[in-house]
Amino acid sequence: MIWVDTIVQGVLLGGLYALFAAGLSLVFGIMRLVNLAHGDFIVMAAYLILLLVTLLGLSPFVAAALAAPIMYLTGWLLQKHLLNRTLGTDILPPLLVTFGLSIALQNALLEGFSADSQRLPTGAISTASLDLGVINVGVLPLMTFGSAIVVIVGLNQLFYRTELGRAFRATSDDPTTASLMGIRPGDIFAKATAIAMLVVTLAALYLGMRSNFDPSIGPARLIYAFQAVIIGGLGSLWGTLAGGVIIGLAQTIGAAINPEWQILAGHVAFLVVLLVRPRGLFPRAVD
Amino acid sequence: MSFLTTRGLTAHYGDFQALFGVDIMLNEGETIAIIGANGAGKTTLMRSLSGVLRNSPEMITLDGRKIGAMSADEIVPLGLAMVPEGRRLFPSLSVEENLLIGAYGRKIEGYWNLEKIYRLFPILAERRSSPGTALSGGQQQMVAIGRALMSNPRVLLCDEISLGLAPVVIRDIYAAVPRIQESGASLIVVEQDIGQAMKVADRVYCMMEGRVTLEGTPQSLSRDDIHAAYFGVGA
Ligand SMILES: Nc1ncnc2c1ncn2[C@@H]1O[C@H](COP(=O)(O)OP(=O)(O)O)[C@@H](O)[C@H]1O
Ligand SMILES: [Mg+2]
Repeated sequence: MIWVDTIVQGVLLGGLYALFAAGLSLVFGIMRLVNLAHGDFIVMAAYLILLLVTLLGLSPFVAAALAAPIMYLTGWLLQKHLLNRTLGTDILPPLLVTFGLSIALQNALLEGFSADSQRLPTGAISTASLDLGVINVGVLPLMTFGSAIVVIVGLNQLFYRTELGRAFRATSDDPTTASLMGIRPGDIFAKATAIAMLVVTLAALYLGMRSNFDPSIGPARLIYAFQAVIIGGLGSLWGTLAGGVIIGLAQTIGAAINPEWQILAGHVAFLVVLLVRPRGLFPRAVD
Repeated sequence: MSFLTTRGLTAHYGDFQALFGVDIMLNEGETIAIIGANGAGKTTLMRSLSGVLRNSPEMITLDGRKIGAMSADEIVPLGLAMVPEGRRLFPSLSVEENLLIGAYGRKIEGYWNLEKIYRLFPILAERRSSPGTALSGGQQQMVAIGRALMSNPRVLLCDEISLGLAPVVIRDIYAAVPRIQESGASLIVVEQDIGQAMKVADRVYCMMEGRVTLEGTPQSLSRDDIHAAYFGVGA
């Protein structure tokens, strides 16, 4: 029964990684931009939630709901006024700029909140669990996984069922022809990054409730997110969920064998998938 | 009254000058043809008109407005749409989505809507859920035309809509032109293949090496005039 438990924990952990990765996947799918500061934005959102919790005495969930529009606006402004200027045929400028942004964010957080590790207050929910007969499942991991599914279904609906989603796909295919449709590619990109920041806020909520965080942990979250996106296949949201689950599973199974193997097992799984399917599990048909 | 006008229009690709002072005009409700050999600058002219290439403001006026420096997304809402060379359908979008995106952000009712496009090109209704790029060349061209019409343009630019298509298919495509004219739109039809364009046009401009070398009505131009303007050799 210990194995069933391990596997369930691994799958659920994958939900958290999928949340880390969904925003990255969305932005990459639309504008081929890898935001190296993605993990630091998750940490920044976690601090924003913490700030609202402490200042206003709110529950983390309400605080996250308040943080979401702030993060949305941050994403919009960031893309519109900074990142759009880096997009072009050369892939290096966005990498350099977001790398710089990552360092700047980490230092700003360090300056503002010190290096002490923090956690969002959760009350009873962090220890609550459901008894499923053979195994016990934590309520928080279940909620995380459920949220990941909701996010992915929601983003897919947005992508394939709305006018904005059509504009996302058209701009991703061919920005010049999209502009002949009256679409302003820069605005479309700004909306995409803004929406990614909503997912970042949700990821930050669960990150902050489930584990300690400090200003330096962003890059490691980026790595997990990036691996999930690559395993899933660039631009596929369901693939990103699958990628998250694979890393989560590998980590929990690795840890069950030997606690020191947790992180390593995740990286090994990533490399194995890359060896077997270099384009990921669900590569996009058109590229 | 002139509706769309270029005055001394120039265009450059880096150091290379592709247009050298092009003057054309299009009256309301009129159809003009722009003909010329490969490399004459026809597509460059279309890209300038539609805002893909930016110029000085006064070089292009639309309905009295200086639009030369505007971007494509600013010009489309003013009533100018383009069927780009090579059709350029969006591969990630179905046929119907390709059509719908032509009306992006606009809720204004006009003559053209999905239903009217499907009546104009019935085959597209059957293929509405297929990826746009899974269609034959002629059908893709129909999608590209329909997509541009969905914005209910006052001016429609068609850049080589017959390129790479079999003669019967070209005839089918051109059969739609009179119905587009009846909807009230003015048209600029760019072709290397002179025959079809001359049939639907009220006036013709011939371009060579970035300049207009001849203009007139199809009836007034002799084959020799056109030959000389087209190839630049004394006929
Ligand atoms: N993107 C580009 N970069 C550099 N030169 C170009 C580009 N597009 C077109 N040209 C050049 O500009 C000239 C006019 O091209 P174009 O407008 O496409 O002609 P046409 O449509 O009449 O065939 C040609 O000499 C062509 O080589
Ligand atoms: Mg051309």
